[in-house]
Amino acid sequence: MDFNDTPEEAAFRNEARTWLEANGELRDPDENAMGVLSERYGENYIEQAKAWQKKKADARWACITWPEEYGGRGGNAMQSVIWGQEEARIKTPAPIFSIGLGMAGPTVLAHGTEQQKTQWIPKLVSGEEIWCQLFSEPAAGSDLAGLRTTAVRDGDDWVVNGQKIWTTFAHIADWGVLVLRTDPNVPKHAGLSYFVIDMHAPGIEVRPIVQINRATGFNEVFFNDLRVPDANRLDAVGNGWAVAITTLMNERASIGGGGGQGNLFADLMQLSHELEIDGRPAIEDSAVRQQIADFYVRRKGVEYTGLRSLTALSRGGMPGPEASMAKLVGAKLLQDMGSFGMDIQAQAGAIGVEAALQQGSWQEALLAAPGLRIAGGTDEILRNIIAERVLRLPPETRLDKDVAFRDVPSGPAS
Amino acid sequence: MNFDFSEDQKLLQKTVRDYLEEHSPLAVCRDVLESDKPYAPDLWKGAAELGWLGAVIPEEHGGAGFGHLELCLIAEEVGRALAPIPFSSSVYLASEAVLRAGSETQQQALLPKLASGERIGTLALAEKPGIVSEASVQARFENGALTGTKVPVPDGMAAGLAVVAARTPEGVSLVLADLSADGVKREPVDSFDGARPQATLSFENAPAELLGGAGQGWALAEALLDRAAVLMAFEQLGAAERAFEITKEFTLGRYAFGRPVASFQAIKHRLADIWVAIELARSNAYYGAWALSGDEPELPVAAAGARISATDALELAAVEMVQLHGGVGFTWEYDCHLFYRRAKALGLALGSAREWRDKLVRRLDAQSK
Repeated sequence: MDFNDTPEEAAFRNEARTWLEANGELRDPDENAMGVLSERYGENYIEQAKAWQKKKADARWACITWPEEYGGRGGNAMQSVIWGQEEARIKTPAPIFSIGLGMAGPTVLAHGTEQQKTQWIPKLVSGEEIWCQLFSEPAAGSDLAGLRTTAVRDGDDWVVNGQKIWTTFAHIADWGVLVLRTDPNVPKHAGLSYFVIDMHAPGIEVRPIVQINRATGFNEVFFNDLRVPDANRLDAVGNGWAVAITTLMNERASIGGGGGQGNLFADLMQLSHELEIDGRPAIEDSAVRQQIADFYVRRKGVEYTGLRSLTALSRGGMPGPEASMAKLVGAKLLQDMGSFGMDIQAQAGAIGVEAALQQGSWQEALLAAPGLRIAGGTDEILRNIIAERVLRLPPETRLDKDVAFRDVPSGPAS
Repeated sequence: MNFDFSEDQKLLQKTVRDYLEEHSPLAVCRDVLESDKPYAPDLWKGAAELGWLGAVIPEEHGGAGFGHLELCLIAEEVGRALAPIPFSSSVYLASEAVLRAGSETQQQALLPKLASGERIGTLALAEKPGIVSEASVQARFENGALTGTKVPVPDGMAAGLAVVAARTPEGVSLVLADLSADGVKREPVDSFDGARPQATLSFENAPAELLGGAGQGWALAEALLDRAAVLMAFEQLGAAERAFEITKEFTLGRYAFGRPVASFQAIKHRLADIWVAIELARSNAYYGAWALSGDEPELPVAAAGARISATDALELAAVEMVQLHGGVGFTWEYDCHLFYRRAKALGLALGSAREWRDKLVRRLDAQSK
């Protein structure tokens, strides 16, 4: 048990820090968490993000754990964590590669052929190409395996028709990973296959969705006779569900692990010094301290749990269902902190994002958090996953399990 | 960085668990609860023989010479078994007090006896309902004589030795009092968790001696409480995990509407929430264990975090244990109430989670200045 760096880790940290300080600009320690939450990026954000990614890739800092032959560093999970901690000290551009690096890339590496890995991974690492993930559909969210977008074989291609939704970065992506129904005559999980698509191909239409926080991070994506080469299929026909699970596990790990709560916590300490209750700083109020302490132990509990699961990751395993916990706790924590940050401003908490204290961080957190509690597995689905995969409790009684997908009942809203 | 216990440490933990599974089934806890016994003497003897009582006492003083990481794991198992022995009072508090503040003479005289279990110690701070603080200490110690009343004192009937907070001309000090001496009266107090009984200790010009510097008592008590908080967090963690396992098994075996109740989302989601609370507590406790074992500057914050998180987890696990058992959970016959009682008793020992939350944020605030 040792929370300090080993000499090797300290040397790695030092090397990373030296490179980052020489090539990046230190983040202002007083900068608040709003930038991370708002999903509103400045002009030229794509060029800036691509330039930063390329700079890192050229120096082999882009993908710490990925194999060197595809542009990664071939390092271990602990080094990846150390890198993340160090990079967090630097001003970094919009996270437009997060889907590619956090979800699509690991999936291609786990299930792709040599040819596929060589085709896609290096340009993802170097920031030349942006990726998105197309899973959810209007009638298939929590019940993702109930998806209805079809792919029909036609020669060397598949012809795709249907609609995806909640697709982050679809409007700027070059490639997308998606799950499609290739056989409606077998039970639902068995009829799915996993593909990579060219987002610039004809037959794709992308429309942005305006969210409750007025950001437009998500899109609807429509397919009208889109042709996808069979060479773009990952893993076997009918094996798409297993591939999708790889993506989802990585998604939960990346949502739960990040999320700007670190800065938000510092913001909350600052806010509770600046605001007054009965003429004294709010932090001297016991009720305020009670709440802050609760946030702190939840946040640290998630952080240290992440460090504990590194042992498993260091041995080359993929993130387990434990990652579901980080997202379950982290997203609700963000919502609770947002609400509390507004509460202690009292009536002034009702001021909106544009005019509120600390650049509206609290209002922004409250408006952004519901999305995190839904995206990548709702809180309810995550509890099911913990109950069934970690605790091995009996699965839900299912009405759609041994039935051909075309015979599964669907309500009027589908 | 390494966020786990070593294989050797886990092996030790397994031997502790095996021993307690054989010698401390829940019937042993219930036996103390239902009788006037202050603790289970055979189990205490076993714990001494296996070196648990002297886990962190150096070998030259008769201890086993393990470290605090090992003690954390022993504490977890003691908690898991709801072992009715004065382990926390004697090991986390009294022995730690002598180890940290005792003179060479005091250490030589007391540590071997504490390690062998021949002497049981406790820490006596509270005098009345309400938060225990430096200002709340009214007991007096002057010219070698201690006068005052301490209530409730955990394991006060089992102990032969108490570390007592008392006022001296220099301020609050800690003193060592032999509880068999003249001028000491003790009486059992009806206890919320009768398997962890409390007592009233009255001192009337009782002989006692300073432990540590005069006037240094409150700082010393705070440091002791921090150290004990980490160990207690492991004890709470063990109890929470056991409560959770029993609850899970029960809901798997209990059928309603033609299926195990554990297959309903209303139940599954609550079990998932308990599991999450326990995982958060475990992670915070590990951080505390690291800070304790290396006496890191992070200890005051880490101890408070471990303590709060463990209290939250055990209280949730115990409350849900009764609820998810349904009617039988409310019977004396079922073991749920052993956990329900223990959860609250451990949550209040060393000060409530409310006090620890206050302390945590004061400490974070001081750190950021």
